Amino acid sequence: MSLRAPGDRLAASTDTPADRGLVAFTSAAPTRAAGWLGRIPLVAAALFLAALAVAAAWPSLLAPFDPYAVDTTNALAAPGGAHPLGTDENGRDILSRLIYGARASLLLGFGAIAIAVVGGVVFGLAAGLGNRFLDGLIMRTMDVGLAFPELLLALVVISIVGGGTTNALLAIGLASIPSYARLVRAQTFAIRQAPYIEAARALGVRESHVVWRHVLPNAVKPVVILATIGIGTATVAGSALSFLGLGTAPPEPEWGSMLSSARNFLDLAWWYGAFPGLAITGLVISTTLIGRYLQQRSEGRGA
Amino acid sequence: MDVAKIGVRLAAGVGVAWGAATLTFLAVQITPGDPAYAIVGGPEANPSPEVIAQVRAEYGFDQPLLVQYVRYLGRLAVGDLGTSYRLQSPVTQVLGEQIGGTVQLAGVAALLAAVLAVVVAVFTARRGPVVRGGATSIELFLASSPSFWLGILLLSVFSYALHWLPSVGNADGRALVLPALTLALPIAAVLSQVLRSSLEEVLEQPFITTARARGLSDAAVRVRHGLRHSLIPLATMTGFVVGGLLGGTVIVESLFTRQGLGRTLLAAVNAKDMPVVLGVVLLSAVVYVVVNLVVDLLYPVLDPRLKTVTATEARETVTANEGTETTETEEVSA
Repeated sequence: MSLRAPGDRLAASTDTPADRGLVAFTSAAPTRAAGWLGRIPLVAAALFLAALAVAAAWPSLLAPFDPYAVDTTNALAAPGGAHPLGTDENGRDILSRLIYGARASLLLGFGAIAIAVVGGVVFGLAAGLGNRFLDGLIMRTMDVGLAFPELLLALVVISIVGGGTTNALLAIGLASIPSYARLVRAQTFAIRQAPYIEAARALGVRESHVVWRHVLPNAVKPVVILATIGIGTATVAGSALSFLGLGTAPPEPEWGSMLSSARNFLDLAWWYGAFPGLAITGLVISTTLIGRYLQQRSEGRGA
Repeated sequence: MDVAKIGVRLAAGVGVAWGAATLTFLAVQITPGDPAYAIVGGPEANPSPEVIAQVRAEYGFDQPLLVQYVRYLGRLAVGDLGTSYRLQSPVTQVLGEQIGGTVQLAGVAALLAAVLAVVVAVFTARRGPVVRGGATSIELFLASSPSFWLGILLLSVFSYALHWLPSVGNADGRALVLPALTLALPIAAVLSQVLRSSLEEVLEQPFITTARARGLSDAAVRVRHGLRHSLIPLATMTGFVVGGLLGGTVIVESLFTRQGLGRTLLAAVNAKDMPVVLGVVLLSAVVYVVVNLVVDLLYPVLDPRLKTVTATEARETVTANEGTETTETEEVSA
């Protein structure tokens, strides 16, 4: 039986209390798109993300050099010629290392957000649908989690399980669960009281069916939108851990750890420190623009 | 806000602090490895079983978990955070030595971020597309940049290319400029985005038209009415700011080789010195809770219209007006 709920759109658009970091990006004044000109940033963002996706999947397709190939005669060569973004202290091509680094960096971001979203949906739904005791228990625990800045919580997880790419991903994912859980719970609460849920119940739809077919999809929608923006933030957190020497370790290329090595050569090679950060910032800007666009669309503000 | 409501807020704050303490206790319990070995000198030391047994008895590791938990809370209540495995000195002493640099850095950065955000927002709200577009683009860029990269850019330009400012240390005020900017810029960018969108609504209100009709200049309207209305949205962002500062100091202190809690924390994470790691983290959580509590209690002072409603309702009203969705804690209607 297919019960298309007329209130779906409405429920998804309710103002939801959201997390500090995530909301900060989304809360800016909506970009008022002026025809096709206004779409240029959005298209550029989508193209950039597509390029990153290709780089992460088939880096050899794009990279002009082997990212591990050492060429000491060409160490710290300035951008231009064969090396459009210059070389690092071992003469490795920076552009190629950036392209190969996309995989590790995106893995950190996507992996962490996946953990955060799944954890957030599980705890948020349980709190939103459960009895008062379960709700109180889960949400008070999440309040405690929210009292720790995410990076510090991630550092605690790392000091327990140790560093490395997988652990960094786990640490950031776990640290981000509380904010998503709170969003899902608030959403669930709003949906639970929506007329279409009442209508479904009145029609005799099974409780489990109501939860899976109506509550879950509607509660998850705004989470997916926030998660789009969150991918950028989580990638930054992941590269921050790599930068601090606790995430992906050299010589494997990763944007944060490239920046960490670049610190020692700032007086000799500005390009070494400039481009890896530009890649991260480009990713964050792209996910932010696309996330905002999705948000405006889902809120029916047009875009 | 009456006494009962303040009491409820206080109790909630204490509850979160207790939860944070419990979480740190659990963290020690699930950390692999026997803390007794860590205390007698890490993996290199080869202590006899008698020494280990003695340490276990001395630190109470042989007691049932519940007893250890209650003792742990008792020690925390009197401000005893334990002993650093690595430095063999009390954690409170370690933190006490390092806290000055961090407070200085975070304080200057917070002030800088707030001032920058207010100035930019007040003078770019409801301007032409060029000013507004320029400001929003710069804000998007700064808010999206990782702080460690911003710091590297600032270092490249102002330390290495122009030689204006030192690159490391806490020697003097000049050494504080770049770290504070690095910490402040992304926060300022986010704050001014939020501030501008709420100011633009304020500037559409009838009382602004009245003020203009009274002959107030545009600048005067912005400063006299805009500034006043910046306070509430700024207050709703406190949680974000404090979180950003506490997390950011770890990165900034490490990048600029500054003494402080952040770098102490990083060294402790690398050495698996759990008492110091948890001491710093617990301290941050308490700071976060206390700051949020103070801001909550200050709402009616900042906005007299809110005297009759609870702070939480007030915040919801404020956020609903701005459409910024920043409710920090949903709660407890007394």
